[in-house]
Amino acid sequence: MAGAGAAVLGLLLLLGSPGGSTGPPRDSLREELLLSPLPSGDLAATFQFRARWDSELHREGVSHYRLFPKALGQLISKYLVRELHLSLTQGFWRTRTWGQPYLQAPAGAELWVWFQDSVTDVDKAWKELSNILSGIFCASLNFIDSTNTVTPTASFKPLGLANVTDHHLLRYAVLPREVVCTENLTPWKKLLPCGSKAGLAVLLKAERLFHSSYHSQAVHIRPICRDASCLSVSWELRQTLTVVFDTFSVGQGKRDWSLFKMFSRTVTEACPLASESKIYVDISSKTQENELLEVTPLPLSVHEAPVQGDRRTYAVYDLLSPSLFNVSRSLNVQLKWKRPQDSLDLSTPVLHAQRYVSGYGLQTGEISTLIYNTHPYRAFPVILLETVPWYLRLYVHTLVITTKGKENKPSYIHYQPAQDRRRPHLLEMLIQLPANSVTKITIQFERALLKWTEYTPDPNHGFYVSPSVLSALVPSVIAMKAEDAEQNPLFTSLFPSSDGSSYFVRLYTEPLLVNLPTPDFSMPYNVICLTCTVVAVCYGSFYNLLTRTFHVEEPSRGGLAKRLANIIRKVRGVPPL
Amino acid sequence: MAGARPAPRWLPAAAALLWACCGSAATDGIQDQAEQFFRSGHTNNWAVLVCTSRFWFNYRHVANTLSVYRSVKRLGIPDSHIVLMLADDMACNPRNPKPATVFSHKNMELNVYGDDVEVDYRSYEVTVENFLRVLTGRIPPSTPRSKRLLSDDRSNILIYMTGHGGNGFLKFQDSEEITNVELADAFEQMWQKRRYNELLFIIDTCQGASMYERFYSPNIMALASSQVGEDSLSHQPDLGIGVHLMDRYTFYVLEFLEEIHPASQTNMNDLFQVCPRSLCVSTPGHRTDLFHRDPQNVLITDFFGSVRKVEITTQTVALDPNLVGLETRVPNDEMATEPLKYAEQLPVAQIIHQKPKQKDWHPPGGFILGLWALIIMVFFKTYGIKHMKYIF
Repeated sequence: MAGAGAAVLGLLLLLGSPGGSTGPPRDSLREELLLSPLPSGDLAATFQFRARWDSELHREGVSHYRLFPKALGQLISKYLVRELHLSLTQGFWRTRTWGQPYLQAPAGAELWVWFQDSVTDVDKAWKELSNILSGIFCASLNFIDSTNTVTPTASFKPLGLANVTDHHLLRYAVLPREVVCTENLTPWKKLLPCGSKAGLAVLLKAERLFHSSYHSQAVHIRPICRDASCLSVSWELRQTLTVVFDTFSVGQGKRDWSLFKMFSRTVTEACPLASESKIYVDISSKTQENELLEVTPLPLSVHEAPVQGDRRTYAVYDLLSPSLFNVSRSLNVQLKWKRPQDSLDLSTPVLHAQRYVSGYGLQTGEISTLIYNTHPYRAFPVILLETVPWYLRLYVHTLVITTKGKENKPSYIHYQPAQDRRRPHLLEMLIQLPANSVTKITIQFERALLKWTEYTPDPNHGFYVSPSVLSALVPSVIAMKAEDAEQNPLFTSLFPSSDGSSYFVRLYTEPLLVNLPTPDFSMPYNVICLTCTVVAVCYGSFYNLLTRTFHVEEPSRGGLAKRLANIIRKVRGVPPL
Repeated sequence: MAGARPAPRWLPAAAALLWACCGSAATDGIQDQAEQFFRSGHTNNWAVLVCTSRFWFNYRHVANTLSVYRSVKRLGIPDSHIVLMLADDMACNPRNPKPATVFSHKNMELNVYGDDVEVDYRSYEVTVENFLRVLTGRIPPSTPRSKRLLSDDRSNILIYMTGHGGNGFLKFQDSEEITNVELADAFEQMWQKRRYNELLFIIDTCQGASMYERFYSPNIMALASSQVGEDSLSHQPDLGIGVHLMDRYTFYVLEFLEEIHPASQTNMNDLFQVCPRSLCVSTPGHRTDLFHRDPQNVLITDFFGSVRKVEITTQTVALDPNLVGLETRVPNDEMATEPLKYAEQLPVAQIIHQKPKQKDWHPPGGFILGLWALIIMVFFKTYGIKHMKYIF
């Protein structure tokens, strides 16, 4: 009895002091939603969920996970990952009509990882990591192997804290054929601490999210400064989801938006585990005279921030403030346009690009990339990274870069030719873009014939060339100070900005679809049938002619009665008639 | 374990009295015990659901597989115990007028895709090799857990396959086939490794009965949608989507399963009659000779659901009072001596002056070495060895 009593007491003590022995919780969650109307009339919604853990994940014996998901935490400590960026995208961000994206992702699946320098075999860790991620996210990331992995030498510098940037610890792969659907969204939602039950994640319903022009979900893990002195490291997990709703398919042609119209749901509460939960609406289209955009319900505060070289104004709805849900239990943010569309200024973004394949026939072709710099007087450099599969044999001597009619020599070129069935082509160039110009980069290629077992089950669809990556420091009109990152909205602190006069942008071009010469896969069967028929007819006839003897046969005379009589005569043993 | 109280002395005497009085009750007890013996002895359930067809006009095969997935999940089998293989993506296909949905009934009544589907093998990963590896357990070591069939000798496994087939084979993705002999051998490997307790195999293809003709391992029950020489037909097209939504056999199986709940006592005989010839046009078949139990005693939830046997105990367990003293002290993190900084995203000067990576020097390969050896040999053969001194 005494033993049982002591046990019950002990249990109560253990339950009564959850944090007493471990100290205050060292992880925090911030969630935010940014609604930005795009110049073309569509609406982009960007969700960001950031879990930040003030702990050292590479230390042994980490076993208690609270807000940071255990699946990813164990992955980081086992494979000694320093940074991990995985994105799954359906659609293409049209930079020219929609403006500069906050964080663009290429169509399909993209995975790039920086490993710690204590990793001995980076390729083996990369292969195992991509297999495990394919199980976590239900994507075919196990198709990432040496034929589509590259090691960039100048792009994809680490986004988190780094003292060593030895590029042989970096691996980058894109699977442009990857399809994104509900089965990728489900595990992504399961990584959130509140799941899809509370907070902003209740808006994430697959039937609305995939009925859009652009859907991109990503996971970014990186080490960041714990505080301003930056002497110790925290780990940050950002889950971002960007979706662009089309005016015509979803909005039925009207340019008025509301949360209910987009997501068929409204927000009722913040996630109880979140320390911050906000909705930002971009109302920068206000001019001095009168408002273009009306937002209901009225925002409690307005936030101004320099974002991508422009000073923008945002209406803020703080879901954790008690006054927000005073009027109604659910929050349905609505945007109404006061003026018609033609009065909206459509400013082209400073940097945008386009890529296409040209040529005719199934033997040769040419890949052309056009990069536009629309800044009126500033020139800036851009790094172009192209990964071309081995079966499109690039001819580097045909690489031509022209700007305004003249040849433009890149300041840095790194070219790694492909090895058949082992490695793809890698072309990295640092090109200076003069002000207000178009740069055209062309390179010719030849198509290879694959072995018949290497074709996919639907080879006439074509083969994809992964999008090329443009990384640039775009000069901005206004000064972009590197402020304290903790107070700012999450969408301003994606890329660490060191220089006040420019901001970093990473753009992706379109993926290309190229037809390879495909054989007729029914030919083995046809050949067998034809050969066997020919052999049977010819050889069989000859064999019969040579080995059979022929003799004349009496033609049988007809008549049923005669035949019956013959039968009776045969039975009697008498010769027939 | 805490000790049980000793049984009171009068218990055996009372039992003997009861036994003497009610003889018929005792025979019922033996009957119950005998039935208990014939009830399935499985402890966990697995499901392997395979759709083998690609392209938009084979929408119905994906809908077939997803409707079985939906029923199996509804009756209790968790995603971790389901291996779902879909050879093409219909829900987010550009041709689908309602993205992220797969319908089984026309007029878009029932969305079998749902909101929390997890597909383990997608698109090009659905191959004969991967399917056989999943069944036999011979998978590469880095395969994630969700792609493995981790069954043991007390698992009941449901295997459902659908696609295009013929007499003795099933077509995978328009490029390869699996024959009934291969399938029977895979099941025998599973039996030898004791990877199942009982197996239910359902196939919905043309001439489906040919696929189970060659089974020879024990404890397998098989159902097929049509006999050899017959075609399985599709059910109804939806004019909004433009394709046939389901196959007839699986449509009626889905309607039958919609009425099953985890506690229902429906048995396999009802499943055999689910689609008579008038509804299905083809003749569904089944094979039970390898199965040791009578189909009458086999519950539908033995394979489609995940019914667990729960034993309630009144024993008490004492917790260790010493557990309170164990505190997890978080060790202090190391502090760096100087502030860490973020990397520069585009260090132009550093990139331009980057030295090109020195390619590792490899010794010349066999061909070059052989060529040089040949040249030297020919030279010395022609001119004699005495010329060596002029070289050195």
